[in-house]
Amino acid sequence: MTRDVSPSAVADVADVARSGQAVQGRARSIEGLSPWQLAWRHLRRDRLAIVSAVIILIIAASAIGAPLFAAITHHAPNHQFIVAGLTPDGLPRPPSGQFWLGTDDLGRDVLVRIAYGARISLFAGVVAALSAVCIGTIIGMSAGFLGGVVDTVLSRAMDVVLSMPFLLFAIALVAIVGPSLWVALGVIVFFSWAAVGRVTRGQTLSIKETEYIEAARAGGSGTARIMFVEILPNVVAPVIVYTTLLIPASIAFMATLSFLGIGVVPPTPDWGNMLAESLQFYKVAWWFVLFPGLALLLTTLAFNLLGDAVRDALDPGAERIFGRM
Amino acid sequence: MALLTFLLRRILLGIGVLWIISVAVFAMFFIAPHDPARLLAGKEATPQTVALITHRLGLDKPVLVQYGDFVVRLLHGNLGYSYYNSEPVTQLIASRLPVSASLAIGAAVLWLLIGEAAGVLAAARPRSFADRVVTVLSLFFYSMPPFLLGVLLLYFLFFRLWVSGIHAFPGSGYVPLQSNPLQWARYLFLPWLTIALGSAATYSRLTRSGLLEVLGQDYIRTAHSKGASGQRVLFVHGLRSALTPVVTQCGIDLGVLLGGVVITENIFGLPGLGALAVQSITTQDLPVIIGIVLLSSFFVVAANVVVDLVYTVLDPRVQAR
Repeated sequence: MTRDVSPSAVADVADVARSGQAVQGRARSIEGLSPWQLAWRHLRRDRLAIVSAVIILIIAASAIGAPLFAAITHHAPNHQFIVAGLTPDGLPRPPSGQFWLGTDDLGRDVLVRIAYGARISLFAGVVAALSAVCIGTIIGMSAGFLGGVVDTVLSRAMDVVLSMPFLLFAIALVAIVGPSLWVALGVIVFFSWAAVGRVTRGQTLSIKETEYIEAARAGGSGTARIMFVEILPNVVAPVIVYTTLLIPASIAFMATLSFLGIGVVPPTPDWGNMLAESLQFYKVAWWFVLFPGLALLLTTLAFNLLGDAVRDALDPGAERIFGRM
Repeated sequence: MALLTFLLRRILLGIGVLWIISVAVFAMFFIAPHDPARLLAGKEATPQTVALITHRLGLDKPVLVQYGDFVVRLLHGNLGYSYYNSEPVTQLIASRLPVSASLAIGAAVLWLLIGEAAGVLAAARPRSFADRVVTVLSLFFYSMPPFLLGVLLLYFLFFRLWVSGIHAFPGSGYVPLQSNPLQWARYLFLPWLTIALGSAATYSRLTRSGLLEVLGQDYIRTAHSKGASGQRVLFVHGLRSALTPVVTQCGIDLGVLLGGVVITENIFGLPGLGALAVQSITTQDLPVIIGIVLLSSFFVVAANVVVDLVYTVLDPRVQAR
């Protein structure tokens, strides 16, 4: 585990020096490496990052190949096997040759449902995180660069969102409009963009004062051009770091909403609602709790590990290892 | 003086934020497609009864007048009455708040103990075995969604123990502190652990990185060369300045938790504010939901102001800000 802060800065300098030598050692041409190339080298050498990436790829593959699981086992995700899938007492059946990871309280195949659930988790995590990051970046950049009234209004908006008790607000909102995947996605985006906005705004404020912005302005660049061509590339690194953090957070958020019955509505399989259903059966059917929980934990863990490695590679001097949940 | 203006500004900003949230909540309430009067009157009520209730609730007045009434009532500390059992919302909240507060404060004590111990342990010998173990555990608990951790604790520390005849931790229920402090702690232990383990991960990371940064500074070397013991340097010189961000984070986290811990309360059947909120959804009891949302927003905003104040006291360098 090398996701360190200050001490690794020293190691990173050594890494950079070594990789520099390696390039010169090959000596075809002496080329400077861009920060992105350096980060990529750093990341590629990180064994944990590779392992996490592989885990994520496997989960993504099983999400895409979910129908394959259904075809191999001949179990549709929502099919209730009243006889084969339930004990005579009507309880879930443990893992067996027919049901590899057991069945749930309605006699459905847990394995197939987990594979289908991966679709929603990954989709929700990636889509929500990317949308929140896009919105947050644009708003944060506008607030920081335009200043004045725009900054005041946008900054207060961020304050308001960050002061809202998000789970309670989500509950109240769903009580009014009713639960669905899209409402849940909207809720996640709504409560995630402000933190990105705050980070981008801070970055923009410091970049705004640099000479090259002045130079661009003197060269006749307009506001939009300066914002997107000059400033955006320089806030991308912290934004990427934040995105890698936001994906596992969004996956957990989505599962939490489904767990509370305000996210994905049954019978559509989702890790959160599977766990909610299993909670009544945890005393008799450990597999029903364990496997969806394991899938969820493995996914968030892999994304967090990868995110940490990306952060380490892009920003060796980063202050915090974990942000707030 | 500068401190006072700074504080005053922060308080005014906080009030502004609360005002916007109250408008948002009111708008949600108003846009809601439900007719509270019909809900109150019951299924077999005549249109006259519904009209009468609509009038009594003031729902036939223009929106702005209704909003005015809402604000006036709010300023008098009146949050209205529950649709479900006609109890005053303030009374309902007051009966639930001690549970949420017990949960939040106990969990905070626990996560500070675990998080600080782990953070100091890791920072004292960076890259040692202990440091690696702490890092792995932190990542593990940080990645664990709270409801999953709750279910796991329920399974292993309640059910498995209970099956093997050890009745150490109850799986649900609540005993008020004033009636039996020991039982209070026993019933709250698993919920505390559910919240604390996840948060402790953040705190151990925060402490570790803060300490490592501080320990590299000149005055630490001075302390060493003066002949202060390693432990004294670590705890007295180092931890003192590394604690500032921890205090900030703790204040904010506590503010968030005081307004109700939805998931943990639901898993462990604790009658707190979060459980009340979820319950109010099923009964569509909007005044109660609004009351809880407003109260917990207030806690978050207040925690932010308090944290700013504490920050300037703990670290006089930031006053220049």
